[in-house]
Amino acid sequence: MEAHLRLEGVAKVFAASGRSAPVPALGPLDLEVRRGEFLSIVGPSGCGKSTLLDIAAGLLAPSAGRVSFEGREVRGATPPGLGVVFQQDASYPWLTVSENIGFGLRRRGLPAQAVADRVEEAIRLMGLSAFARAYPAQLSGGMRQRVCIARTLVTEPRLVLLDEPFAALDAQTRLLMGDELLKLWRRAGATIVLITHSLEEAALLSDRVLLMSARPGRIIETLATGWPSERSSDLLTDPRFAALTQRLWTALAPEARRALGLGSEAA
Amino acid sequence: MALAAGRAGIVLALLLALEAAVRWGAVSRNAVAPPSDMVAALLRLAGSGLLWRLAAPTFAAVAAAIALAVVGGLVFGLLLAASPRLRRAIEPLLLSYYAVPIFVFYPLLIVVLGLGPLPLVAIGAAFGVISVALSLLQGLDRLPTPILKSARLEGLGPWATAWHIRLPFAAPFVLHGAKLAVAAAFIGVIGGEFILAPNGLGRAIANAYNDFDNPLLYGLLLFVISVVTAVNLGLHAFERRLREQRGLA
Ligand SMILES: Nc1ncnc2c1ncn2[C@@H]1O[C@H](COP(=O)(O)OP(=O)(O)O)[C@@H](O)[C@H]1O
Ligand SMILES: [Mg+2]
Repeated sequence: MEAHLRLEGVAKVFAASGRSAPVPALGPLDLEVRRGEFLSIVGPSGCGKSTLLDIAAGLLAPSAGRVSFEGREVRGATPPGLGVVFQQDASYPWLTVSENIGFGLRRRGLPAQAVADRVEEAIRLMGLSAFARAYPAQLSGGMRQRVCIARTLVTEPRLVLLDEPFAALDAQTRLLMGDELLKLWRRAGATIVLITHSLEEAALLSDRVLLMSARPGRIIETLATGWPSERSSDLLTDPRFAALTQRLWTALAPEARRALGLGSEAA
Repeated sequence: MALAAGRAGIVLALLLALEAAVRWGAVSRNAVAPPSDMVAALLRLAGSGLLWRLAAPTFAAVAAAIALAVVGGLVFGLLLAASPRLRRAIEPLLLSYYAVPIFVFYPLLIVVLGLGPLPLVAIGAAFGVISVALSLLQGLDRLPTPILKSARLEGLGPWATAWHIRLPFAAPFVLHGAKLAVAAAFIGVIGGEFILAPNGLGRAIANAYNDFDNPLLYGLLLFVISVVTAVNLGLHAFERRLREQRGLA
């Protein structure tokens, strides 16, 4: 089966600026995302995860290698059908919550009633019903992030890239949003790539987990979780979840130490 | 609310003090008319229709100057934002714009544009173009990268991004510059008329002054001050609402 998203030999070196030396931020790495899978990418902070996402979405040109989405090369522009949720707040402060969520749909020229219906449903799914007319400035950081998630999902992308979307949420909301994401994934049949620094989140939600090395990030391990697609946060108490998290940490700990400059001796 | 009432109270108290000072002879009636006479003169002017005939060309020129300042300033600001090198070269010059006595250019403008509304519009817009452009730049500098990336995801080109993303984001900042532009348009146009113009409020004020026509002079002054204050209060309220909406207040 063809890969939904494929990165071949992709690397990024940020050019030197002023007195600072060039920064090798990412790769070279190869990556294949299968159509319909839920894939998580975990790596220590600063290892190039957000850079990887920008490159995959066509927002940043790689220094080497190529990216293809649905068999076509991604170059200089985001292909239709590919949605992104950024790590930082990208809500539009001049629009209300529902106007934010409907922004892309309106640009696609959908009739007003269809936009309103889809926006309303997305607002309900994200638990924002009481805030439809509020402006982002009146929301918490976590709620703003939910607005951005809704704004992306409402356009029904075939592939969704999410960059640490739940980082601003408290632990409980995080679990609930993870469950919602799983439901949406099953219902929409979209491919999901979730970037996270949370091993638990990756272990719980994914079909496969990719582990990245410290900067410049490469793929050091790929793990299949073996979960059935009907899954939820109930797995938290499953002994297999603990074993999986343990395995991920064993592989990742040396990289996390390296990223912090702690050396490699066992703790 | 209490603050606004307090402010109105202070203005009222000053007017009453002036009224008392003139009526009891502490200030000569030839120098200042009592406020009650100013109001009466203004009402007479408005009733006779003269006020509107005097004010129409002035307001038309002010409106044109404001429109020119806002549109020109936005385009100028977007150009500077799009070209960092141009911006680095001329922004330092622009930053001292408020120190330039622009009226020294008025005779030149009359020579170039002829005696009529055009030099007035130009002098009324000159200051505002720059204040709008600079305030736009200030807003654009704060535009978060993820918002720009979202625009690219949506497939917005440079113009669509300017229209749908950059300008709405910068609106509260631009409004601040626009407020200065509105004040400058009134000053520029009325000041220009005062110096040399075939008609308009500034011309009428200068004539009333030359003719020692105090009721007309003060009626017109009161009118100009009232209009400018009302316009500014309106803009101020709008700016405050926008800033509250954005959590900038
Ligand atoms: N525009 C840039 N210019 C220079 N260095 C950058 C730039 N963007 C990111 N970096 C550097 O590249 C590395 C990877 O960044 P990033 O992809 O944001 O990491 P992550 O998302 O995994 O935390 C970091 O060391 C970061 O400082
Ligand atoms: Mg990141």
